[in-house]
Amino acid sequence: MKDTDDHTSPPDLEQIIVCPQCDAVYQLKIPSIGEKAVCERCHTVLIEPRKQAGLKIIAIAFATFVLILGATFFPFLNIDAAGNKNSVSVMDAALAFSTGPLLLLSLATAALIMLVPLARVMLTLYVLVPVVLDLPPARHAMQAFRLSQALQPWSMAEIFALGCAVALVKVADLATVGFGPAFWMFCGLVVLIVAQDKFMCKWSVWNSLENPKKS
Amino acid sequence: MEFAGKSQKILSAREMGLVACTRCTRAWPIGTPVCQRCGHKMLSRDFGSMQRVWAFWVMGLLCYIPANAYPMLKTRTLFQVDESTIVGGAVELAHHGAYGIAFIILLASVAIPLAKFWAIAFLAVSVKRPNAEAQRSRHVMYEIVEYIGRWSMIDIFVVAILSSLVQLKTLATINPGPASMFFALSVIFTMLSAQAFDSRLIWDTNASDGDPDQHV
Repeated sequence: MKDTDDHTSPPDLEQIIVCPQCDAVYQLKIPSIGEKAVCERCHTVLIEPRKQAGLKIIAIAFATFVLILGATFFPFLNIDAAGNKNSVSVMDAALAFSTGPLLLLSLATAALIMLVPLARVMLTLYVLVPVVLDLPPARHAMQAFRLSQALQPWSMAEIFALGCAVALVKVADLATVGFGPAFWMFCGLVVLIVAQDKFMCKWSVWNSLENPKKS
Repeated sequence: MEFAGKSQKILSAREMGLVACTRCTRAWPIGTPVCQRCGHKMLSRDFGSMQRVWAFWVMGLLCYIPANAYPMLKTRTLFQVDESTIVGGAVELAHHGAYGIAFIILLASVAIPLAKFWAIAFLAVSVKRPNAEAQRSRHVMYEIVEYIGRWSMIDIFVVAILSSLVQLKTLATINPGPASMFFALSVIFTMLSAQAFDSRLIWDTNASDGDPDQHV
């Protein structure tokens, strides 16, 4: 980042970036691809541009969309104990608490493992497709992107995938448990969600929404 | 990246008379209520956030008590019905010799939630006593709490998976107990409590008594 000595003159607000975690102010300098700008005192990553990130994120988002739908309705675990068979999909698992007051928990589970990830994918596509195609930003794109960022901690598909593994260990001695197709979809989903967060440089998205390319 | 060379002190937006959007990192003159770029509400320091932190914290702790007192799972096998609480289940596993799994359950469902309550309370109290030496470690603690919070939901998902999977008519069934609801609420409230915490307050060493290097 460039050194600047004239603190006294009013700073050009467009040329400033402020760490959202610790409020440290930095002169904006966009790092080149592969580098990243990190806050010096709290080590939060501020900018991390990637090559063709937009296209990659869109591709990942489409794949995630298909996998979430598939993983929801196909069985992900099946159990076989002395001829008694049962197989469950994510839908069944989410609706496991469907009696009495536990119904609320059912709805929350369904939201956390399916609806929130799905909503984030759709918001991401809505925001990024126009940006990548060099079109003017979609209506309310900023609000949509802000919402998708706010939803991030509540998207728990990857936690559910690990939960499958734990549940498997717990019932392994009670019965024969096998993986259904949705289990492998969930494994793929975990990789995609991690990759998407890795490619997504939030600052670059905000910047391109604010200053759309004039072509 | 740095603003003014290593030797000089890093300035906060508040010290420069600016307010920053915590969503999109854009800076505006102090007092701007809403980010003109992304529409997020802005406050230079969210002093009211401590009330929300403590409110959610207390709710989380209150829900954590029934989460341990009531049974988490109701297991019905051919000859017996078994309702075990979180700790009870772990103790039973230890009796059967599965010390490893018992340890993991105690760690994930008891030690980590309690550590989270302690950490949030510590951060909320320590904001009142700024300490330039401890800023970095406090921030790391805040990041760990934020990161780990959502992973506690794994208990709930395991209960959901088990109770939908193990429905083998007469042979064995597993159903969720009332504790699952309270445990989920406790996790959600602690997540909200951690999210309400304004981490920028950690870095204000002498915001109250006026900084000599202050630029406005």
